Amino acid sequence: MKLTYRDAMRDALRDALRGDPRVFLIGEDIGKYGGTYAVTRGLLDEFGPERVRDAPLSESAFVGAGIGAAINGMRPIVEIMTVNFSLLALDQIVNSAATLRHMSGGQVEVPLVIRMATGAGRQVAAQHSHSLENWYAHVPGLRVVAPATVRDARGMLATVLGERDPVIVFEHVQLYGLEDELTDTGPVDLDRAVIRRPGNDATIITYGGSLPRSLEAAAALAKDGVETEVIDLRTLRPLDADTLVASVARTHRAVIVDEGWRTGSLAGEVAAILGERAFWDLDAPIGRVCSAEVPIPYAKHLELAALPSADAIVAAVKAVLA
Amino acid sequence: MPSLGADMVSGTLLEWKVAPGDRVVRGTVVGLIETEKATMELESFVDGEIEALLVEPGTKVPVGTPLARVRAAGEPAAPPKVAEPARAAPEPVPIAPPAPAAAPLVPIAAAAAQAGTRVRSSPAARKRARELGIELVALHGSGPHGAIVLRDVVPTVTPVQQATPVQPAAAARRAAPPPSATGPARRPPPPSASPMRDAIAAAMTRSKREIPHYYLAHTISLKRALTWLGEVNEHRAIQDRVVPAVLLLRATALALWDVPELNGFWIDGAYRPSEEVHLGTAIALRTGGLIAPAILDADDKSLDQLGIELRDLVGRARAGRLRSSELTLATITVTSLGDRGCEAVWPVINPPQVAIVGFGATMERAWVDRGAVVPHPTVVATLAADHRVSDGHRGGLFLSAVDHLLQEPDKL
Repeated sequence: MKLTYRDAMRDALRDALRGDPRVFLIGEDIGKYGGTYAVTRGLLDEFGPERVRDAPLSESAFVGAGIGAAINGMRPIVEIMTVNFSLLALDQIVNSAATLRHMSGGQVEVPLVIRMATGAGRQVAAQHSHSLENWYAHVPGLRVVAPATVRDARGMLATVLGERDPVIVFEHVQLYGLEDELTDTGPVDLDRAVIRRPGNDATIITYGGSLPRSLEAAAALAKDGVETEVIDLRTLRPLDADTLVASVARTHRAVIVDEGWRTGSLAGEVAAILGERAFWDLDAPIGRVCSAEVPIPYAKHLELAALPSADAIVAAVKAVLA
Repeated sequence: MPSLGADMVSGTLLEWKVAPGDRVVRGTVVGLIETEKATMELESFVDGEIEALLVEPGTKVPVGTPLARVRAAGEPAAPPKVAEPARAAPEPVPIAPPAPAAAPLVPIAAAAAQAGTRVRSSPAARKRARELGIELVALHGSGPHGAIVLRDVVPTVTPVQQATPVQPAAAARRAAPPPSATGPARRPPPPSASPMRDAIAAAMTRSKREIPHYYLAHTISLKRALTWLGEVNEHRAIQDRVVPAVLLLRATALALWDVPELNGFWIDGAYRPSEEVHLGTAIALRTGGLIAPAILDADDKSLDQLGIELRDLVGRARAGRLRSSELTLATITVTSLGDRGCEAVWPVINPPQVAIVGFGATMERAWVDRGAVVPHPTVVATLAADHRVSDGHRGGLFLSAVDHLLQEPDKL
C-alpha cells in the first residue's frame, strides 16, 4: 500500500498513543487545526484533548511542560512547528532536558520526544526555512534522528520512545509528501547509518531532506557509468562513523550533502571523522554540498539557488572523481 | 631532473639553452637548474638530437621527472604526437644522470620525507604505493594539479629492480624502505630558514643513520712538501703559485689507487667501486652552508691543472654556477678546515660515497727527525670511512700512502 511520509508519521503517533497511556502530544495547532503540516490531523477526535493538547504560543513553556511530564513518568511527544522556533526553547532543551540525568547523578531521566520540522523549499522565507540540526547534534545528552524515508517515519518513533533520554526528531518539510510502499511497520534500528544505494566509485553521505536529491544525483551519475554509494545517516547524534569509514575504504571518495550552512556544519563533522579515521583510504579531497551562506531567500529562484541541488551533487561527485 | 646529490628531491628548471632540433653531445650544457644548494648547468648525458622539451622554465619538478626527450643518433623519430610525454615510450633517452650518480630511489624518498619536500599525492595512493613498494617520485600523477592518485599506482618493476624481475609482493619487501624512514608516523620537520640547511641536514642525518663510520687519524710532516712548494713558487707570479691544499688533493687522489675500496658508492646494499677518481671538494659558502663539487679525474691531473680547477670550482660554487656533473659524480670527498685554524676534522661521509678525508690546519709541532726534536709544519689527516666496505687496516694504509706521497713532493 502506498503511503505518504506524513501518513506514516501519523500512524506512528497513533500507535504510540494507543500502545502506551503515558504518551501524550503537545504543541502549537496540533489539535483543532490538525498540525501545521497536518501530521496530527484527526488525532484530537480520536484521543481527546487530554492526550492531544494544543499549546499556547510559547515554545519555552510547552517544551518545559514536556520535560516536567517526562521527569514525572509520562512519555510526552512535543511538536515544535519548525526548528527555527525551537530556538525559543533552546534553554529548556539544552540546559534542562539534556543535562538533568548528568546533573542528578542519574536520578532524573527525561524520556522526552521532540518532533520538529526543518528545512527549506516551500517558500516560507528565512525564519521558517533553516536547517539547524547541527545545533542539537552538538549537545551531549540528546539523541538526534532524521527519518528520511516513509519506512523510517513509520518505524522510528517506536524506537525513540524506548529511549530513556531526550530525542529530537527532525522531519524535513519536503519529505511530508513523499510516497512509498510500506509493508513492514515495525520499529527500525537507529544505531546504524544505512546504505540507500550501493556503489563503488564514490560515497555520498547525507541525511533527511537531502536524501532524495542525493539519490536523484546518484541515478544521474549512474547513466554516466559512475556508481555512487548513498548513505543515509539517520541518526545525527551519535554518528555511526563505522559505516561511513567502511564505505569510504571501498570507494576512496566522499561527498557530504547537508542542507545546513557549510560553516560549522554536520558536513564538517563528518568530513573531520573521515579525515581522522579514513585518511589513508582517501584518494581525493572530501567534497561538501551545503546551503549557500545566506538566510534562505523567499523568492523561488533564489531559494532553489541557495539549496543543495541534484546538479550540484553530481558536480561535486565528478569533482572528487577528477 | 637528475639527482645532483643524494639529498636532492626536486629541482627547478630555470632556463633552456637548447631547442627542439638542436644537436647535443654528452656534456653539452642544455639548461640551467636550481636546487636547494645551487644553480647549475645541466648537461646532456647522451649524444643525439633534442626532440622535445617537456618542462617549462620556472617549473619545480621531482627528481626523476623527464625534462626533455633526446633522440639518440640513428634512432627513428618518435611519433609526432605523444599524448603523455612523461609516459613516453622508452626509446627516447630522457636526460638523466648516469647510473652511479643517480642516488637510489629509496634513499631519495627517505630524504624527501626528511626535507619536507613532497610529491603531491592522495593518502590512498601513498598507502597503495607503500604496499607495493613503489616510489611516488617514479610515478606520473593524473589527478588534479598533477597529483598522484590511486589509479596511477599500478604494480610495476621499478628501475632498480629491472635487472632481476621479481613478483610484486617480493618487490614490495625488497624495495620498501624501512618504516622509520618513510612510514606515515614520520612527522614533517619544522620549517627551516634555509633549504640548504635542510638539504645538509637530510644528507648528514641519513649518513649518520645508515653508514657505520670508522675514523682514523695520522699526523703528517709537511716540511718537505712545503719546502719544495716554496722553491717551486719562488719563481712564479702570484696567480700561478700552487697552494698547499692542492698538494693534499693530489696526494689524496693518488693514494686512492692503493686503496680503491674508499673510492666509489654504496648503492642498494652493495659497494660499487669507481674507476675514476672524482674528488669532491668541500667548499664553504659565504652565505652559509657548504657544497662539495667534484674535480673530475683528479688523479690524472697535474698540480698546476688541479690548482686551476680548484680556483675555478671555488669561484663558480660561490657564484652558483656549478655543472650538474660536478655535483653528481664525486666518488670521495676531501674537507679541509685548514685556514680555520683547528687541528683536526672528523668528517661525516656524504652518501652514497663511502669515505671522506679531512685535513686540519697546518701547525708547527715538535717533530722527532733523525733523533732530534725539531719544529716541523704538520697536518693531521683524518679518514672517515664506511665499515661496510672497508676496514681500519685498509684505511690506515690509505693515510700512510698520503703521508708517503707528501714526503716526495717532486713526484706528485
